[in-house]
Amino acid sequence: MKKFDKDRVLLGLAAPVLSVLGALIVTGLVLLASGKEPFHAFHVMLTYGSKSDSQVYILNKATPYYLSGLAVAIGFRMNLFNIGVDGQYRLAAFFAAAVGGSMSIPGIIQIPIIILTAMVVGAAWAAIAGVLKVTRGVSEVISTIMLNSIAGIVIGYFLQDGRLGVTDKLANTITTKPIPSGSHLFNFTTQTDPVVGFIVFAGLAGVVYWFVLSRTRFGFDLRSVGRSESAAQASGVSVKKMVIVSMLISGAMAGLVGMSTLLNQSYQFSTDFPAGIGFTGIAVALLGRNNPIGIAVGALLWAFLERASNGLEFEGYDKEIVGVIQGAIVLAVVIAYELVRRYGLARQQRQVGAELAAAGSDDKQEVTA
Amino acid sequence: MKSRCYARSVLPAAPSPSLPRYVRPPPPSAAPSEPRHRPEPFPRGECAINASTSPPAVELRGITKRFPGVVANHDIDITVRSGTVHALVGENGAGKSTLMKILYGMQKPDEGTIAIHGEPAVFGDPGDAIARGIGMVHQHFMLADNLTVLENVVLGSEKTYGIGGRARARIAEISDAYGLGVRPDVLVEDLGVADRQRVEILKVLYRGARILILDEPTAVLVPQEVDALFENLRGLKSEGLTVIFISHKLGEVLSVADEITVIRRGTTVGGADPKKTTARQLAELMVGSELPSPETRESTVTTEPMLTVQGLRMFETDSEGVERTVLDDIAFTIHKGEVLGIAGVEGNGQAELVEAVMGMRGLNAGVLTLDGKDITRTPTRGRREDGVGYIPEDRHRHGLLLEAPLWENRILGHVTERPNSRGFLIDPGAARRDTERIVEEYDVRTPGIEVPAASLSGGNQQKLIVGREMSHLPKLLIAAHPTRGVDVGAQAQIWDQIRAARREGLAVLLISADLDELIGLSDTLRVMYRGRLVADADPATITPQELGSAMTGAAAGHLAHQPEDPEAPGESGESGESGGEDR
Repeated sequence: MKKFDKDRVLLGLAAPVLSVLGALIVTGLVLLASGKEPFHAFHVMLTYGSKSDSQVYILNKATPYYLSGLAVAIGFRMNLFNIGVDGQYRLAAFFAAAVGGSMSIPGIIQIPIIILTAMVVGAAWAAIAGVLKVTRGVSEVISTIMLNSIAGIVIGYFLQDGRLGVTDKLANTITTKPIPSGSHLFNFTTQTDPVVGFIVFAGLAGVVYWFVLSRTRFGFDLRSVGRSESAAQASGVSVKKMVIVSMLISGAMAGLVGMSTLLNQSYQFSTDFPAGIGFTGIAVALLGRNNPIGIAVGALLWAFLERASNGLEFEGYDKEIVGVIQGAIVLAVVIAYELVRRYGLARQQRQVGAELAAAGSDDKQEVTA
Repeated sequence: MKSRCYARSVLPAAPSPSLPRYVRPPPPSAAPSEPRHRPEPFPRGECAINASTSPPAVELRGITKRFPGVVANHDIDITVRSGTVHALVGENGAGKSTLMKILYGMQKPDEGTIAIHGEPAVFGDPGDAIARGIGMVHQHFMLADNLTVLENVVLGSEKTYGIGGRARARIAEISDAYGLGVRPDVLVEDLGVADRQRVEILKVLYRGARILILDEPTAVLVPQEVDALFENLRGLKSEGLTVIFISHKLGEVLSVADEITVIRRGTTVGGADPKKTTARQLAELMVGSELPSPETRESTVTTEPMLTVQGLRMFETDSEGVERTVLDDIAFTIHKGEVLGIAGVEGNGQAELVEAVMGMRGLNAGVLTLDGKDITRTPTRGRREDGVGYIPEDRHRHGLLLEAPLWENRILGHVTERPNSRGFLIDPGAARRDTERIVEEYDVRTPGIEVPAASLSGGNQQKLIVGREMSHLPKLLIAAHPTRGVDVGAQAQIWDQIRAARREGLAVLLISADLDELIGLSDTLRVMYRGRLVADADPATITPQELGSAMTGAAAGHLAHQPEDPEAPGESGESGESGGEDR
């Protein structure tokens, strides 16, 4: 923090800004090709997305996205691709909901129990992939994808009348027992809808993420493994242990993803519990460069785009255009980071080259003299 | 800018700018048919005339290349005459290999021109270079082990002479013409290093090369094999071929080269006539300063054991499921203040021994005792905390986080120790300050401590590693090729550091391919061959030649008890001399 390298910060910002710009250009072209006027569409998105009720919606949506992004980013920092955040948070939310619905004790105790249950379940589910990786060499990409499906099946099995589910006659769905109102988490009331209270926990999780990774010995070890497994091992890090521990942490973080919905909004787990946030987290983590603030920006952007898609629909645009923007952003992110990385490298080369040239010309004088 | 004046005074002058650019060059086959055997002294003023009569085989002018992590080339000027062995010398990391990659089309220069037989050339890829008759024998062989010599030679060049009888005849022809003695039907996996190298040379000749680049060809050879290689090179030269020979071993260069160009810190600093130059003069040109010597004769060996290794065994299962013994009953003791050197051709178990002592790989049997404490079951981190320092053989794989800034690299391996951390927290401020100190004390040339380690040259990366390891006052230092790829100034400094720490009671396990470094620095020498310690020697009397033959498995036991023992003092004198030469 003392040495605030302005160039490096600029370079760090360049990639996300470039990728969003690139995505807008691509989307504009798509809109043009489909015979629609792009600038009006962007205008609609901006005005609709910035209304006050939209703002609340965006914050509420961004909360799980942020946690999901953090969960993925923990893996990324170690070169692990945890695609299984999706299954982890859904399974975690389901069991947390079941535990919460079966108890009726003061919220001050019950809410932590629910959150803890979610974290433990998420961690345990992720740990399966970690154990498979270190003992059998199974790629975590494959195993977590599989575990996503299995998580769905497990939920389907338990979410039945007589097991952990109850039939909601009115809505004609099966849900877990609702969590008693005493254990509903606080909300922030606004002029429109309330903002979920869990956003505080999400922010806290971001701070913990930053602190653990960049300020602790454990975080240093984790980042070393991500940068070079062989060097980390030679430095005394047990890579296998690290894989398991980071999968546990990533899974525990994933367990938090569903909590804002569960404790602030739905109070029960039903078949229409939000799905796919784990995959959103991958995009958000990529966009945010695994940086806690970057991930927050990415999560907010993603939520904004989703909200804005509603606005587009009112104006006669296809709301799928937002999907195009999101896809283009992810692609552009990958490309832009590579471009910026190369530019940064070239810059470094020039610096070192310049120093060498200076040193070299001195040498020549020595020789010719 | 200054290079121009310098080029005029030391190197052959550039051909006149009126060099006809579109004049048809002599056909490639014609050029070698007029080999120029005239024994010429190193050309100085007359070069311009030479260039106009018979163009040099290779001319590099003002080559500049910026490249991450490695020394940049800048303002390189080299003229290689046809039919000569031209040595390119310089420290590892001086930029020789980069330059040759440029000549071979593997890298594109940012600035500068290449002319082959007087005709300007631009190489997009090695294919272009091969088409112009340039061939490269890489430092690391590129052969398929499970194919025969014939198949390896033909591979990728099937159209030249087919894959059958014609190819076989051509191979026999080349092999006989240059005395390579290559047997076409032997499997490459059954060949030794020297034979493989000859296959590589043959491969290049088969593709019609008239200009051969050999990148550090002697690095993997023992002295006897080096002599044989040089015979081959002389054979090639007498047939009118041009050889560019890259090395940093000056004794070898002086014995084989007709002309020498010296590269230092990425640029050509001068030429030399091998007949008139001594190794020392050449080395000083190469280094730009006075030469260091690895000699450490005053003994600091004590009787207190620091590291005791007993009955060490390690097995390895290869990809085909065959279990192989990589370390077999290794036993030795390093005392406080002692440097134990392990000699051996690479791949005979040295790397595994290091990993065993570091705790990076499990043992199948054996006991390790460090300073009276059994560390057989201690994990790597525990061993490091107990005072084991580690200078790895492959610093990129095991010593550095290339993308991380220098100060984070300073923490690597010592994250649990001060000043890097306090309790469970990293102390970035203290780590940064200490990195500044290391950069200062160990002369790490860097724009700052926030740059990634990858942007430093190899030598400076090594200095950072040595500084880091020494900063924690190790009891035992494992130094695997500690001065590989390091400029001579840094080499001297690293040797000084090791010697100074040794006086304080440091025990060192030294593994090196540089026999002079081994002999000069060690108090005790062991030879490793196929996973066993087969011989031991007294560094005060042994010569590199004797050590070399033990490294090929030809000798075993206590080497000083060889019949030549009475001559040993004389030979040790020679070894001291060649010790100077080879740097």
